[in-house]
Amino acid sequence: MDMYARRRIVNGLVMALSVIATAFGLLWLVLVLWTLLENGIAAITPALFSQMTPPPGSAGGLLNAIFGSVVMTLIATLIGTPTGILAGTFLAEYSRGSRFGEVVRFINDILLSAPSIIVGLFVYEIVVVPMGHFSAWAGAVALAIIVIPVVVRTTEDMLNLVPNALREAAAALGSPKWKVIVMVSYRAAIQGMVTGVMLAVARIAGETAPLLFTALNNQFWSTDLNAPMANLPVVIFQFAMSPYADWQVLAWGGALLITITVLFLNIGARMLASWSTFKP
Amino acid sequence: MNQTQAVTRVAMPLAPSDLHVTDPEPTPHQKAMIRNVDFFYDNFQALKNISLPLHDKRVTAFIGPSGCGKSTLLRILNRIYQLYPGQRATGEVLVDGENILAPGLDLNLLRAKIGMVFQKPTPFPMSIYDNIAFGIRLYERLTRSELDDRIEAALRRAALWDEVKDKLRQSGLSLSGGQQQRLCIARAVAVQPEILLLDEPASALDPLSTQRIEELIAELKADYCIAIVTHNMQQAARSSDYTAFMYIGELIEFDETERIFTHPKQKHTEDYITGRFG
Repeated sequence: MDMYARRRIVNGLVMALSVIATAFGLLWLVLVLWTLLENGIAAITPALFSQMTPPPGSAGGLLNAIFGSVVMTLIATLIGTPTGILAGTFLAEYSRGSRFGEVVRFINDILLSAPSIIVGLFVYEIVVVPMGHFSAWAGAVALAIIVIPVVVRTTEDMLNLVPNALREAAAALGSPKWKVIVMVSYRAAIQGMVTGVMLAVARIAGETAPLLFTALNNQFWSTDLNAPMANLPVVIFQFAMSPYADWQVLAWGGALLITITVLFLNIGARMLASWSTFKP
Repeated sequence: MNQTQAVTRVAMPLAPSDLHVTDPEPTPHQKAMIRNVDFFYDNFQALKNISLPLHDKRVTAFIGPSGCGKSTLLRILNRIYQLYPGQRATGEVLVDGENILAPGLDLNLLRAKIGMVFQKPTPFPMSIYDNIAFGIRLYERLTRSELDDRIEAALRRAALWDEVKDKLRQSGLSLSGGQQQRLCIARAVAVQPEILLLDEPASALDPLSTQRIEELIAELKADYCIAIVTHNMQQAARSSDYTAFMYIGELIEFDETERIFTHPKQKHTEDYITGRFG
């Protein structure tokens, strides 16, 4: 057999294996989404958005859990976004090539891949134990700790994409450094930075482990941030594990709701990124 | 001729009092004096003992092969090199008698006085209007109408007004390459600097845009001391009054442009200008 024919056979073989591997991976994704749709669609009713989580055996919705998730995600984003953007700015604009910057970047990467249950336990120790009870604040803090490294990373990456020539041009006009960053670097990188925040929100929208030890859950409507607060992931966890059929249906509905939210956040982030001035 | 002799640098910079100076105008004012400047990228010495004057209302061109240090020299004049750690310059650069390499000098004020245009057009990601207002707003509090006037004047100066007057609110990035570069020139001129540094301002542009930029330089010369780095020998010959030829970090020859291009004193300069390099 000559070399060309051999190469063609190897090429065909590798191609076939790649396609099979891709199909195998996608198969599970499709199955998960399909199961979710099949079981969850029945639960998407007006009641889901207007009634509280019910006791077993009676009808209800997920309003308190949806509200809790939105509130805690919002607070976490409000804490995590400025912190993450400032830290990312420090890494990209102020600490280039410095030893300290490298150490911060390395630690941030570790935090980025830290299991979220560790974050939950950490916040349990430093917030829940001193306060003496579970609270929405503790939940928000735990989620913020997950947001920060994601935003730090994307902010730094996006600012690094801004050409140095642009910074030089602003500095050459006599602009102080902070103005170069705020007026020029941020403007050039804004879409990418917003994308990073959206991806971080998508990430915490479905986090269960950090909330189990912090916000816990609440069967009733509560807007008190100092009290335990219901939230979708923990409610799903609790209801899905229960033996009651109506709870299980609600769990499916909640899971579908989170999935759709995350899907739209990701699509939004992708669209923003594709409009970005400087592409990654 | 022997190579080593050709690379000896000029011992003394050209003084306006030199006999062979044939500049038709009354003695041009020496705006800046570069004196014994060395430059280092960490441990690598990129410039060796450079000395030459920059005259007011004249264009001084820096030519030489890539890596000869001409851009580096330009970047010393507004100390933009200091954005990067590990780069340092020694020696003196006197601008109106003041040494701008002195420690403790306010770099922002210095850069407001010495404008720079870069090789690639660098419009900021904001509107055409704001691109120019950016520099003005840094140091001046103007009323809306004063600012409008200044922006129009700067755009007229850069021969861009007619093309953009109806779309001042559009993004600076929406302009063509040549327009963007003229926007950058307008931006530099708007803050009313005293010296204008042009780092290969036309090298990324098509011939027509290049011609416009050259016409612009000829006009701006009436008010500014201009230093231009260029790879294009014709451009140096056409648009400058003085030319400095540099090679591997050294100033080989500095003279009036006409003299450099007709009777260079150094064999090395002649070889480079005639394209017989090496």
